[in-house]
Amino acid sequence: MNDMRVVERDVDINELKMKARDVDVFYGDIHAIKNVDVDIEDKTVTAFIGPSGCGKSTFLRCLNRMNDTIDICRVTGTITLDNEDIYDPKVDPVQLRAKVGMVFQKPNPFPKSIYDNVAYGPRIHGLSSNKADLDQIVERSLRRAALWNEAKDRLNEPGTGLSGGQQQRLCIARAVATNPEVLLMDEPCSALDPIATAQVEELIDELRSQYSVVIVTHSMQQAARVSQKTAFFHLGELVEFGETGHIFTNPDDPRTESYITGRIG
Amino acid sequence: MPLLWTLTIVLLLGAAGYVLGRRRAIASAGGDVRLLHSLPGYYGTNVAMFTIVPALLVLSVWMLIQPMIIQSQITAMISDSAIEAAGSRDLVMTDVRRVANGLDSAIAEGGLTEDEARALRTDSSDIRARLAETGVALGGDVTPEVLNAAQQYRTLSRTGNLLLSATVLVLAGLGLGYAYSRTHQEFRARNAVERAILSILMLASTIAILTTVGIVFSMLFETFNFFQLYPWQDFFFGLEWRPSFEGGSDLGLIPLLWGTIYISIIALLVSVPIGLFAAIYMAEYSSKRTRSIVKPLIEVLAGIPTIVYGLFALITVGPMLRDYFAEPLGLGTSSSSVMTAGIVMGIMLIPFISSLSDDIINAVPQSLRDGSYGLGATQSETVKQVILPAALPGIVGAVLLAASRAIGETMIVVLGAGAAARLDLNPFEAMTTVTVKIVGQLTGDTDFSSPEALVAFALGLTLFVITLGLNVFALYIVRKYREQYE
Repeated sequence: MNDMRVVERDVDINELKMKARDVDVFYGDIHAIKNVDVDIEDKTVTAFIGPSGCGKSTFLRCLNRMNDTIDICRVTGTITLDNEDIYDPKVDPVQLRAKVGMVFQKPNPFPKSIYDNVAYGPRIHGLSSNKADLDQIVERSLRRAALWNEAKDRLNEPGTGLSGGQQQRLCIARAVATNPEVLLMDEPCSALDPIATAQVEELIDELRSQYSVVIVTHSMQQAARVSQKTAFFHLGELVEFGETGHIFTNPDDPRTESYITGRIG
Repeated sequence: MPLLWTLTIVLLLGAAGYVLGRRRAIASAGGDVRLLHSLPGYYGTNVAMFTIVPALLVLSVWMLIQPMIIQSQITAMISDSAIEAAGSRDLVMTDVRRVANGLDSAIAEGGLTEDEARALRTDSSDIRARLAETGVALGGDVTPEVLNAAQQYRTLSRTGNLLLSATVLVLAGLGLGYAYSRTHQEFRARNAVERAILSILMLASTIAILTTVGIVFSMLFETFNFFQLYPWQDFFFGLEWRPSFEGGSDLGLIPLLWGTIYISIIALLVSVPIGLFAAIYMAEYSSKRTRSIVKPLIEVLAGIPTIVYGLFALITVGPMLRDYFAEPLGLGTSSSSVMTAGIVMGIMLIPFISSLSDDIINAVPQSLRDGSYGLGATQSETVKQVILPAALPGIVGAVLLAASRAIGETMIVVLGAGAAARLDLNPFEAMTTVTVKIVGQLTGDTDFSSPEALVAFALGLTLFVITLGLNVFALYIVRKYREQYE
C-alpha cells in the first residue's frame, strides 16, 4: 500500500460541510449506530470503511434521511448541513435529498431512456426553464460522469441497456444533475469490474472539485486511493476518524490496525 | 370381470412389482445399498411404473374406443324404417342402450337369469313390464328390432370387456416381467424414474391444451352448421336481434356485441381507477399492519358469487340509479340498465385489479424507489414517474384479464341490464350481452337443428375468439415490457 501518499492531502483549507454529533440509530430494539461524531468537509472525499454490518451504510443513509423510508428506524443526535439541523421538523426531507444526492451499491437506472434518467431530478425540481436548458443540463451531467461520449448517440435508448459500469456512471450523472452539494456513495463499485471501478474512482476524484463526496467502501485500497479523510466503523462505533494517510499508515487505535492489516473483519 | 377388479389387480401387481424390484436390486448388490446406482426405492418404482402405466394407458384408450366401435356396428343393424318411426337415429340408439342396460341390471338383481335374458322375445313376454320391476323405465314398447340390437349390444360389450381385462392384465404382467428382469445393480433406475416424471408433467400440460382445442372444435362444428342455415353476413353485420322459433328470425350480432362492450367499458371505468388506487395505497403508503387487514377485506369481494352481485344490482343499484339519475334527468324509466350492470360488475372486478396490481407494484425493486427518493422525489412523484411506468405492463395485463372477465360475465347482466337486445347510446337503457343470449337461446325446449338454437354456438365462438384475442394481447404486452427492470 505504498500508493497511499500519491494523492495530495491538502484538506486543511476546506470548510466544514456536514457535522454529526452524538448520532445514535436504532432499528427497532437493535442499537445500530452508537454515539458517532463525524465532520465532513467541503470539496473532500470522505471514506467510511469497516467490516460488514458495522453500520457505515446506515450512517451514510442518515446524512440524507433515507432512513426515514424505513418504518422501524429511529435516529437521535444532531446532523447539520451548513450549520442547519437536517432533522429539524422545519426541514423537508425531500428538499434535503435534492441537496444531498445519493448513488447506490447496485446500479439502479429507471426503466426509462438515458436522457429521461438524467433529466428526472431536474424535471422534478424545476431546474430548467425550457427544453434547450434541460438538454444542456443532461449533457453537462453526462460529461461530468464521463459517460457523454459513450451515450450521446443513444440518449433515447433505455438506461437499463447499458453495461454495469455505464449504468453506475449514469446513476452518478443522474445524481449530479440535481446540483447536489454533497454526494453520498454507498459502495458504488462493488458491482463493477476492475476497469469500470477505475473509471468511477477517477470520476470521484474529479467530482471532488465541486462537491463534498462521502463514500462507503469495502475495499481499503479504494479508500486509500480516492479519499482524503477516512472513518473506520466497527460494531456500530466510530473507532477512528482522521486523514486517510494517517489512518492507513499510523492508526491510533489497535482495532483499526487489525482491520487494515486483515486481522479482523 | 368388472372394471374395478381389473384396476385393483393392476394396482396390486404394481405394488408387488415395487417390492420385488427393490428386493432384486438389493440382492444384486449383495445387500450393500451403496453399490447400487440408485436408491433401492427407485428400482421398485421403476418396476411398479412399467407394470401400471402401460396397462392403464391401454385401459383408458380402450374404454374410449370400445363404445364407438360397438355403436357403429349396432347402428348398421338398424333399418331405416325403424329410424324414421322413432324420429332420429340417436333416439333408437338410446332405446337400445336402455334395454341392454336394463337387462344387465335385471340380471344383476336376480330378476332374470342369464339364459332367460338371452331367450327373451318381444312377442312372448312383456319386456317393458319386466324391466320396470327392476327400476328401468322405457318410453314405449320394445320392438323386436330394438331387442335384437340390444342383445347384440350386450354380447359385444361383454366380449369387449373380457378382452379388455385380459389385455390389460397380460400387459401389466409383461411390464412387470420386463422391468423386473432389467433390474440390476448397474441399471440407472433413478434416471428412468426421472424421465417418467417428466412425461407425466408433459402429459398434464398437453391435456390442458388438448381440452382447449377440443372446446374450439366442438364449437366450430356447431357454428359451421349454423352458418349453413343462416348467412354469415347477416350474423356478423346484422343490426337486429329478433329470434323467433317459427322461423324468419333476425340474428344480428352487433346489438349483443355492443351491449357487451358498453357494459364492459363501464365496468372497467369503475374498477380500474378504484382498484389501481387501492393497490397503490396498499403497496406504497399503508403500513404493513393496515395492508394485512385491508387486502383480505378487498379480496372478500372476489369471493362473492356473481349471482349475489346480480341481486345487489337488481334490488339496490338499479332502482337507486333509476330514482336519482335516470328519471330526474329524463333518460329512462327502467331499473335494469347498462349503467347498473356496469357499476356492479366494476365492483366485482375491483379485487382483480387491486390484488394483481398490488403484487406487480410490490415486485418493482426497492432500489428504484430508493433511487427516486435519493434524488429528492416525493412519494407520489415516485409512484407516478418510476413505479407505475415500471409496473405498467403488469397492470395492463391485469386490466385485460379483468376485461375478459367482464366480457364473459352473465349473471350480473341478466339481473342488472335485462335481456332486451338494443343498439343505443343511453346508458340508462336496458341492453343485453352475448352471454345472456347464449343462455337464452339454449334454455327451455330447443331444437338443435334450428338456427335459433345453433346461433348460441356462433355467439360462443365469437366470444371465445374475442377473449382469446384479449388474453394473447395481454400476454404479448407483459412479455414485451417485462425485462425492463430485471
